[in-house]
Amino acid sequence: MQWETVIGLEVHVQLSTQSKLFSGSSIQFGAEPNTQANIFDLALPGTLPVLNEEALKMAVRFGLAIGAEIGMRSVFDRKNYFYPDLPKGYQVSQLDFPTVGKGSLSIELEDGTEKTIGVTRAHMEEDAGKSLHEDFQGASGIDLNRAGTPLLEIVSEPDLRSAEEAVAYLKKLHSIIRYLDISDGNMAQGSMRCDANVSIRPAGESELGTRTETKNINSFKFVEKAINHEVQRQQEVLEDGGRIVQETRLYDSDRDETRSMRSKEVANDYRYFPEPDLLPVVIDESFVNAIRETLPELPDAKRVRFVEEYKLSDYDAGVLVTSRELAEYYEAVVARCGDAKLSANWVSVELQGLLNKNDWEISASPIQAERLGDLIARIIDNTISGKIAKTVFEAMLEDASSVDSIIESKGLKQVTDSGAIEKLVDEVIANNPEQVEQYRAGKEKVFGFFVGQAMKASKGKANPAQLNDLLKEKLK
Amino acid sequence: MALDKSEVEKIAHLARLHIDTEEAEEVAGRITDILALIDQMQSIDTATTEPLAHPLDVVQRLRADEVTEANHRDELQEIAPSAQEGLYLVPRVIE
Repeated sequence: MQWETVIGLEVHVQLSTQSKLFSGSSIQFGAEPNTQANIFDLALPGTLPVLNEEALKMAVRFGLAIGAEIGMRSVFDRKNYFYPDLPKGYQVSQLDFPTVGKGSLSIELEDGTEKTIGVTRAHMEEDAGKSLHEDFQGASGIDLNRAGTPLLEIVSEPDLRSAEEAVAYLKKLHSIIRYLDISDGNMAQGSMRCDANVSIRPAGESELGTRTETKNINSFKFVEKAINHEVQRQQEVLEDGGRIVQETRLYDSDRDETRSMRSKEVANDYRYFPEPDLLPVVIDESFVNAIRETLPELPDAKRVRFVEEYKLSDYDAGVLVTSRELAEYYEAVVARCGDAKLSANWVSVELQGLLNKNDWEISASPIQAERLGDLIARIIDNTISGKIAKTVFEAMLEDASSVDSIIESKGLKQVTDSGAIEKLVDEVIANNPEQVEQYRAGKEKVFGFFVGQAMKASKGKANPAQLNDLLKEKLK
Repeated sequence: MALDKSEVEKIAHLARLHIDTEEAEEVAGRITDILALIDQMQSIDTATTEPLAHPLDVVQRLRADEVTEANHRDELQEIAPSAQEGLYLVPRVIE
């Protein structure tokens, strides 16, 4: 039987504020346990929440970026459950009146087509603390540093039809929040976490199948694996005549499987009600407009501009706009050397290759945009060939001096003096009479041999175009 | 609408309240009375009434995003029942 997969994602994004959502405690990552957990975060009696203005602005910023309805009046609610890392006994979230309503974003599929994915809503809520079960006899250790950290939970419509689409959606979301500078999006540190609602149905069926929710997915790679695994499992259950149970499952990346989680409560009955300690949050047009004015150019718009302004292919532009830092780096390179196409190749192939190989962020690139621009400028003005440029690029990692002085000191300057090249060509022809005969007899493949020999004799420095022309002429 | 004893027990469990069997009977009766009052209120036409999120007709004040809290871990852990290596200790909760 042909099955269709239906996926909706719930993505928790940690907002990059200084302080917590409702208290003035720091949210810096990696602090000693409980040094950022103060009386409010510990839920001591008599403490009251006060909303962080910056967190609200960041939520609105996201809403505007995905063309969503902005909740001009949002209401916080209590989601009640008991767990030791939630000292209040409830999580403050938003149920009926979230800050961000319906919006959408577009993803690019592998075949180049675009698809619009609906975002149902994005609401603000606080994170819980962390429980450590390992090192204590008969006890669990609780670290409340993370408790109260501001989160934006972004809920998609069930518009995704494959694990690949889910990954594309997640990557787009990641790119947008980084462009907006509302989160570092660091999945390894938990700044971006994903739960996947997955169901399958016979192809052509319009009703949705029973879904499961898979939690604990913390990398792009695992999203794909966890979903594919869950789809496979559901297919096997249904094809064996079984039924899917609506439940929460946990993805175990070590074993690459999902397994059922025993529920924390008898039923998922969170008994939501409006949080009486917080008043409704009311914002006006001027608040929203002030935020709208600070929105940066977003990846989709940047891609379109790169195609128009720099005449790049849609694919190349797409690669360069994945991160704001990369796009800015690229534009700085172009500004320096003037050749958009050549810059695109160098940034997306050589530079990206270097960064990926060493697992470096672009902000930590040992070669700054201006220096790369200088290098490309020397290819353009024929000082060096593209091939020699790669040697210079390598040398730039070790040598902080200017591109010109590296070319000079390593003696890599391209030979464009036609007299010198002619001399090389003459020598090669004189030393290889056999091949000359073959070539003249019509075996044109031998031409490559001459180019190779002459290039070798010049230590790679002969201008390739000049060399080719001269060889052709002399071999006639 | 009437609430029976088993529903009362479920709600009590969710709220982590201990209620014994006799008490559950009595509480079920009292909650049923409250539900009757709610049924009566449900009959009012509220189609044109905005839902009330808070009894006070004021809006939320916002706080500047600044770290204003210092680290008071030592004092706070002194009043905790149990703490070790900076962590608050609770009875083991792993499932």
